[in-house]
Amino acid sequence: MADPQSTPQPSAETDTVIDVRDVHYAVDGRPIFAGLDIRVRRGLITAVMGPSGTGKTTLLRLITGQIYADRGRVSVFGREVGEMGRAEIYATRKRMGMLFQNGALLTDVDVFDNVAFPVREHTNLPEPLIRTLVLTKLEAVGLRGAAHLMPSELSGGMARRVALARAIVMDPEVLIYDEPFVGLDPISLGVILRLIKQMNEALGITSVVVSHDVHEIATIADYSYLLSEGKVVAAGTPAELAASDSATVRQFMTGGAEGPVPFHYPAADYASELLGEQA
Amino acid sequence: MTESVGAIASEGKPRPRKGEPEGGQTRRRSQEGLLEGIRKAGVTAMFFAQLLAACVPALSKPRLIIAQIYNAGARSLIIIMLSGLFTGMVLGLQGYDLLHRFGSEAALGTAVALSLLKELGPVLTALLFAGRAGTALTSEIGLMRATDQLTAMEVMAVDPLRYVAAPRFLGGLIAMPLLTAIFIVIGLFGAQLVGVQMMGVDRGIFWSQMQSAVALKDVTEGIVKSLVFGAVLSLIAVNEGYHTDPTAEGVGRATTRTVVASSVLTLLLDYVLTAVFL
Repeated sequence: MADPQSTPQPSAETDTVIDVRDVHYAVDGRPIFAGLDIRVRRGLITAVMGPSGTGKTTLLRLITGQIYADRGRVSVFGREVGEMGRAEIYATRKRMGMLFQNGALLTDVDVFDNVAFPVREHTNLPEPLIRTLVLTKLEAVGLRGAAHLMPSELSGGMARRVALARAIVMDPEVLIYDEPFVGLDPISLGVILRLIKQMNEALGITSVVVSHDVHEIATIADYSYLLSEGKVVAAGTPAELAASDSATVRQFMTGGAEGPVPFHYPAADYASELLGEQA
Repeated sequence: MTESVGAIASEGKPRPRKGEPEGGQTRRRSQEGLLEGIRKAGVTAMFFAQLLAACVPALSKPRLIIAQIYNAGARSLIIIMLSGLFTGMVLGLQGYDLLHRFGSEAALGTAVALSLLKELGPVLTALLFAGRAGTALTSEIGLMRATDQLTAMEVMAVDPLRYVAAPRFLGGLIAMPLLTAIFIVIGLFGAQLVGVQMMGVDRGIFWSQMQSAVALKDVTEGIVKSLVFGAVLSLIAVNEGYHTDPTAEGVGRATTRTVVASSVLTLLLDYVLTAVFL
């Protein structure tokens, strides 16, 4: 559960929407986070980058209250997630939208019903109003014409745009994107990139983008965090990160095979292992 | 622990310790196996409690439950009807052969009706349900888990227990007695087809003996059994799907576990319930 020493005081600064302070989290004794600090400010696009396996998705699960930190505080909208009851966590989630890596669309209903799903579950709006709402959101992602298609008939990029329409249909204050660029062709990637920026600028949605696509994210992020080995190793604007002389940052930004993150998985001596095999 | 029930279920396997004598290791492994079994039973019991709690709000969306009755029930009709027909025909044939040796063919209707109502109807329907509807439920929910659909619902503040698990559980629970009833009726028809039409047992005797010998208690036994099987098998199928490892292999393993656990528990519970009723 939450750190007993933590206090339910609101975030220090009023423009902080998500505040992650000194978070420790381990799975089966293997530490994922060891003192993680991240602050997401209202109205900005905050990028969380890092090599695969640094717990970026785990961070999103901490923020959405699916799991709790072993130590430290995760506050969302000024309230600590660990102290929220189930009802409050659900109420908080209604103020957030999340875009999953693969879209996570409901496979047994069509695009329209997927986007309408949160509205039907959380409101008693009449069907004509729901229709207007859903078509507006689908138009925003350019897929109004695909409303009748089943998720299996969509390409990867289209599925993600439908998922984006579903994520914004309840007009969330915060949108969380989990690896939104993975496996997309350049056109779809460009479309998603523009949509993230548009949602942020036109709707004023605070955005958290978890990604390892450095160059794409650098074009839209206002502030970036680089995670490695359970901690933030660098933070700043994309320009600041690009100019960093830290070896870890440079390796990540330039995609170098060797550096603080080794190319080789730890192994016994190469020569002796090969000769030992033959003996 | 702060994770949900699902996370508890997928915790790590016991690690072997070095330098331990072989007998000690075997004993330790069997102890750990026992503890693991108890832990799994506990997790399932907790899930059952959560599921029952989720059933109450799920009743407010009857459309979802009806869809699941259709999935688990109507879609199993062909296999249930065919199996019921052939089971009844075999019963008619075997029953006639046996009773003929003692010159008591007149008891065929009673023998067939009691076998179907008390035993074969509920048990065979349950076994067929496990193979047809149970596996479909597990793999469907398992794939929803593997493709993040359940997590997406949680993040959208929609409880997947209420939206996905509870309607499927209730659908199975309601479908099972209905399928059992259909199995029994078709079975009786099959037995009549062989016994009366082919073997020449008197039609009037066949039905009137059945009517006079079958008591309400026998029918109740069948209904109670089918309700218990419906609850247990639906719980197993939903639980396995809900807690599956989110991989292709994990979904496959969960589906297999559903069939194995359902079949064994059906026969075990059948004995227990029969002992209670007799």
